[in-house]
Amino acid sequence: MKVLYFAWLKARAGIGEETVTPPPEVATVGALLAWLKARSPGHARALADLAVVRVAVNQEYATLDAPVGANDEVALFPPVTGG
Amino acid sequence: MIRVQREDFDAQAEARALVAGNHRVGGVVTFVGLVRANAGETAIDAMTLEHYPGMTERELAKIEAEARTRWPLEAALIVHRYGRLTPGDQIVLVITAAAHRQAAFAANEFLVDWLKTKAPFWKLEASTQGEQWVEARAADDHAAKRWVAE
Repeated sequence: MKVLYFAWLKARAGIGEETVTPPPEVATVGALLAWLKARSPGHARALADLAVVRVAVNQEYATLDAPVGANDEVALFPPVTGG
Repeated sequence: MIRVQREDFDAQAEARALVAGNHRVGGVVTFVGLVRANAGETAIDAMTLEHYPGMTERELAKIEAEARTRWPLEAALIVHRYGRLTPGDQIVLVITAAAHRQAAFAANEFLVDWLKTKAPFWKLEASTQGEQWVEARAADDHAAKRWVAE
């Protein structure tokens, strides 16, 4: 599974992109975020407040209960500020 | 049509090209967003726009398609820049063309409101006080929600 981090999530996590292999019980976005949080202090900082984290699975906005699997691209980023 | 690019754009040339040869068009609305020199009290030296290549294009295309289901548009164009910009630089261009002005005006405002809350772009402002990620504004969410059907 590919995980991408953008904006301040990237700065806090200390990484822009990583390939991870979570255990099979990590089957939803919510479970993935909880699992990622435990990977490093940087990850924990990036994911400390999930109210300001948006998630996309395969480039579509996704909610915490959305399923994720080994071949997915999951992106984590703050609320958008374009325009 | 949508485009995500580092380069600047020429709004007038884009508008002319967009409707060239289409004589059903009676009105063209062009919106250009610029980099402001200040964020509240703080003077800005530069603004860097980061985005999510791939998803950005998909979201902008979806927003354009949504506008086309709501208004009878003859043509629409969204150009959004990324990379490092300075005050006065153009950031975003939205052009809408329709037989009558009402559709062109309404669709244009809709596109700007929606892209601000849906397209995955993030602004990093640089000032003498350092760099800071711009926070999403509740006012933008509110503006976008106006367009959600009751």
